[in-house]
Amino acid sequence: MITVTTGRATRSPAATAAGTVRSRLPALLLGGCLVLLASIAVAVTIGPADIGVSDVWATLLSRVGLADPTLSVLRDGIIWDLRLPRTLLAAVCGAGLAVCGVVMQSLLRNPLADPFVLGVSSGASTGAVLVVVLGVGGGVLSMSGGAFLGAVASFALVLTLSHTLGGTTDRVVLSGVAVMQLLSALTSFIVLTSADAETTRGVLFWLLGSLANAGWSEVTACAVVLAGTLVVCGGYARSLDAFAFGEDAAATLGVAVGRTRVVLMSVTALLTAVLVSSVGAIGFVGLVLPHAARLLTGPGHARLLPVSALAGAVLLVWVDTVARTVLQPQEVPVGVVTALIGVPAFVLILYRSRGAQ
Amino acid sequence: MDAGLAADRVSRSLGGGLVLDGVSVAPADGSTVGVLGPNGSGKSTLLRVLAGVLEPSAGLVTVDGRELADVPRRTLAKRVAVVEQHSDTQIPLTVRDVVGLGRVPHRRAWLSASADDDAAVQEALEQTGMTARSAQRWQTLSGGERQRVQIARALAQRPRELLLDEPTNHLDVQHQFELLDLLASLPVTSVIALHDLNLAAMYCDEIVLLDHGAVVAAGDPADVLTEELILQVYNVKAEVTTSPEGHPHVRFLRT
Repeated sequence: MITVTTGRATRSPAATAAGTVRSRLPALLLGGCLVLLASIAVAVTIGPADIGVSDVWATLLSRVGLADPTLSVLRDGIIWDLRLPRTLLAAVCGAGLAVCGVVMQSLLRNPLADPFVLGVSSGASTGAVLVVVLGVGGGVLSMSGGAFLGAVASFALVLTLSHTLGGTTDRVVLSGVAVMQLLSALTSFIVLTSADAETTRGVLFWLLGSLANAGWSEVTACAVVLAGTLVVCGGYARSLDAFAFGEDAAATLGVAVGRTRVVLMSVTALLTAVLVSSVGAIGFVGLVLPHAARLLTGPGHARLLPVSALAGAVLLVWVDTVARTVLQPQEVPVGVVTALIGVPAFVLILYRSRGAQ
Repeated sequence: MDAGLAADRVSRSLGGGLVLDGVSVAPADGSTVGVLGPNGSGKSTLLRVLAGVLEPSAGLVTVDGRELADVPRRTLAKRVAVVEQHSDTQIPLTVRDVVGLGRVPHRRAWLSASADDDAAVQEALEQTGMTARSAQRWQTLSGGERQRVQIARALAQRPRELLLDEPTNHLDVQHQFELLDLLASLPVTSVIALHDLNLAAMYCDEIVLLDHGAVVAAGDPADVLTEELILQVYNVKAEVTTSPEGHPHVRFLRT
């Protein structure tokens, strides 16, 4: 009699816990979307020019042709050409970096993996420096074009190297570190020997991450690649769950380990390359956000991926708002702010989850 | 011979050496088969080849007469489940999360867990006696409990064959008995790599004795666990008696 009662008593809370988590996902997503929209609307109004949420609405409605323009051309321009694309790009980049971080950490079974572990950011900087400082490409390549090509080339190098070295996950991480060191040394060498002070400053600023040059073309490119990556990764959500106990365990659970790894590493590297070539290397979002989001959603990737994306978007919208207003009229590189916030947050998360290790 | 999982004259070379040399096994439906042999005799490799994780260099592994390489991965994962010797993760998972991984091959992308998935997880937790622990964190479990949870995960796959690589390693005597009692009571065919000859004698219907990658003897425990074969394979003198329960009992002798 007693055993039956305890059996029931212990089973029901577990069952309800699973139920609440599952029903919580739509609520989390809806809430997240609302917070994100509100954040974008408010962030656009913050800045030297005095603009209200109603002005943002007026611009939006007139631009899509639902209302007659009521604002001055200047204010309309500030909203539509400067602040809105910048804020949206911040949201897209935050979401993209967080998603890449989630996928990389699960795939490589390494809590320190981030979107840059595959050498993408260092490849991007080398590419950018080659174009800007050495004039490679003869003026046809823009800085972001060079960064994109550099990112893709270094990812290919990491993939080839790790494959030659045995193809295990630790070999991928080690190859990434090796390529990263090599390319950073190369970048420093080029900058030190060939660049003048002004160019160096420009390149450095961009390398630390900046949304200052955001335009609608960047927003569109990043958003399209982000959407594609989300769809692909969403389809692999269960496979990512199965990687928890390693690649052999995943294989015995029916996961095509090799294919999953190549597909997911390629789409995330591509997304990172597109993001880095638009805004530079913004660190810590991809490293910290997945850990924070996991506290909110639990380990299942079907929930973790969308929630991380929303959280990353909201975070970077606000971080960029701080970065462009705190030292007005000077701008702080957004990567500096993410690191300043990210490091203490990372320590706090690790401290809270220390019992798990 | 066509039913179930079977290996037919399977060889496998790793790093230049032959680790498996013409091994055949065909566990009877629902039986418990022990794979014995000294370190490096090919026990783990045989299990990995049977699981389809390693491809044989020669010979055939079949499920119901169909070659393993022709069976889609997911179909195989719904049929054959594997419990590894050692498993660990950095990710904060609960017992229920881990057991739920057994449903991965059964679930379609984009869809949430079905009632069947929940039922399989619940049943596996009950079979292994882990229901009360379902909300506990994996990282807080003892070695024996972790093995139980991995077995529950394997059962959630609803397999017909269960492959276990030295599941009693690092467990104290009581937990070794509990684990093997559990495995013997399950309605699946189990192939278990074991170190302890007496445990194998007590719990296995059939024993396959490996040495240097080849089968030295296979069959009823009483036919395999003999003084001559133990001396030949393990290079240790032993006295084998028959226990009151009717299975062989091995007592090692000092030389």
